[in-house]
Amino acid sequence: MTGATDVTGTTDVTGTASATSTTWWRRPSARVWGGVAVAAVVLFGLAPALLSDFRLNLLAKFLCLAMVAVGIGLAWGRGGMLVLGQGVFFGIGGYLMAMHMKLADAGPGGVPDFMLLYGDGVVPGWWEPFRDPVVTVLAILLLPAGVATLLGLAVFRRRVRGAYFAILSQALAAAFAILLVGQQKVTGGTNGLNGFRSFFGFDLADPVNKRMLYFIAAGVLIAMVVVVRLLMHSRYGELLVAVRDQENRVRFLGYDPANVKVVAYAVAACFAGIGGALFAPVVGIISPADVGVIPSIGFLVGVAIGGRATLLGPVLGAVAVSWAETGLSEQFPSFWTYFQGALFILVVAFLPQGFASLGGLWRRRRGASDGASTDPSAGTHPPADAPGPDAPAPDAPDADASRTAGRHA
Amino acid sequence: MSEQVPDIAPDATGGLDPEALESVLAAPGARFRHDYLEIRDLRVVFDGFVAVDGVDLTVTQGDLRFLIGPNGAGKTTIVDAITGLAPATGSVQFGGVELVGKPSHRIVRAGVGRTFQTASVFDELTVLQNLDIAAGAGRGPLTMLRRRHVVPPEVEAALETVGLAHVRDLPAGVLAHGQKQWLEIGMLLVQDARLLLLDEPVAGMSQAEREETGLLLQRIGEQRTVVVVEHDMEFLRAFAASVTVLHQGRVLSEGTVAQVQADPRVVEVYLGSGTHGRGRGTSAASPQPAAPAASTEVE
Repeated sequence: MTGATDVTGTTDVTGTASATSTTWWRRPSARVWGGVAVAAVVLFGLAPALLSDFRLNLLAKFLCLAMVAVGIGLAWGRGGMLVLGQGVFFGIGGYLMAMHMKLADAGPGGVPDFMLLYGDGVVPGWWEPFRDPVVTVLAILLLPAGVATLLGLAVFRRRVRGAYFAILSQALAAAFAILLVGQQKVTGGTNGLNGFRSFFGFDLADPVNKRMLYFIAAGVLIAMVVVVRLLMHSRYGELLVAVRDQENRVRFLGYDPANVKVVAYAVAACFAGIGGALFAPVVGIISPADVGVIPSIGFLVGVAIGGRATLLGPVLGAVAVSWAETGLSEQFPSFWTYFQGALFILVVAFLPQGFASLGGLWRRRRGASDGASTDPSAGTHPPADAPGPDAPAPDAPDADASRTAGRHA
Repeated sequence: MSEQVPDIAPDATGGLDPEALESVLAAPGARFRHDYLEIRDLRVVFDGFVAVDGVDLTVTQGDLRFLIGPNGAGKTTIVDAITGLAPATGSVQFGGVELVGKPSHRIVRAGVGRTFQTASVFDELTVLQNLDIAAGAGRGPLTMLRRRHVVPPEVEAALETVGLAHVRDLPAGVLAHGQKQWLEIGMLLVQDARLLLLDEPVAGMSQAEREETGLLLQRIGEQRTVVVVEHDMEFLRAFAASVTVLHQGRVLSEGTVAQVQADPRVVEVYLGSGTHGRGRGTSAASPQPAAPAASTEVE
């Protein structure tokens, strides 16, 4: 599995830029669909064939976490917003799905078991709409994005940024977890919501349905990566990088940077919400421990290690870190935390753009030794007044992917 | 980043292309006829320090106005106040629209564009992307969410105008200093600014580049309203259509280059001699022979 993901990494992370070349496999659209095909083969073909049901379910869980990472890659890597509180949106999505599953398990008009245990056995009014699967799915798609939009407008309009924004978003995650713990009668408290028996009518105890959940997660994740890839290469994506690097300058071009940032923030929140919504049935529980400060930081670690400004760095980083966490905690319980901390420090100190930047470094090294065999600026532009042989520009037009990593921590 | 800039030879080409400018300026002149900048009683106060103290200033379309003055005279602060970056009271109108109190991006949409003392382009985006972003403030969400399939014609023309067509796919960060300044001017052109506020646009440029930039600004100034903050007196003498001299947040003198040079108060301020600013009302006694020296400051 890890070997296979590395292959996708080197083919796609490092080479998203050179739209100028004429070879068909270098064309951007070919690369996108090639990447999707490779990912589909790995996730839909190899992984189910090679992994046991237990491991496959674990992988599904990692994919849910990777969905959050994809959004963080956009908001942090491309938009410069250090989103330290994605647990909030992950939690909203997860709890919405869990509420629906509890209500569905209880049957029409029924009361979820924990409410009988801790509360007065009456389903609160704001729970009722989530008996309806359509309302639930819509809420999962819209509520986290809506909350992020309102929050983002309030925060970014006041030009809160950098560390202040990070602290604010983290405080929000802490408050959200505390709120969930405190409202035990309606949220299940520290235990969270668990013991789901069915997912939109499908029995969760059936391995076939578990497998289907994995396929859903894999498909959704691939779709998210494609969406982010399209966003990154759109005019909006360029503007987002501009806002990250020179927010004030963008203002003097007639844009409101707050709006630009809000879009990326809302997309990241929406992805986190969907990740949470799939996490709940895959893992079988959603609790305050999955949404607070520590998991919120955990989301970020994988993104930082993978390479925040790249397309696949966040996904691969998140999956790899979760995978290593599970593997190492099985071997050496209580050792993982130290390993994670050490890895984080090493990456921040020596590979600030994450492992994805290794590909770029290697390419640059190779490009330097190749010399001026290609001249991109001349190639694109025959009519331009010939820069001639004195403009080799090794890999200059790749002002993209791994290179555009920004100055914001 | 570790790339070596010199290989790219940013100065390998000629320079600005005045012919391409004609297509940028092809818009009917009538659009600009009623444009003029009118500043009345502008005051900017930072924590009790009065940086701009009741400035009145009128710049008409077709003018190329230079703002000069000693350090701390308030030149850049006036530009900041016009563009919403500094807290201002009073009135700033351009084309009949009141600008004071508006957020910066709305002021820009009213047709005001500016550059900064230190060229601030988007280093990690290409030259083309820089210009494309500058051209796009009015784009709808659908256009924004798609790739750029064709280079907009105004961007193409601006690339030629500022002589950067051959480096369009290079990151702006590797450009030479003068080229960054030109890129900034190109961005002003494509964002369709009708009032251009340029803060030291020729700082760090070679003599030949200054010459080209001056001619370019003159040509733009024929159609639009251009205000230049500049220290370089030689550049000023060569290209200014009119000059406003600021001193300690007030307008000291205004007129053509010759008129301003002949103004004894300007001479005194520039020669200083310890009485910096204190003799503001009493400068009539300034020695006439010193008048030409007013312009030697930078030479």
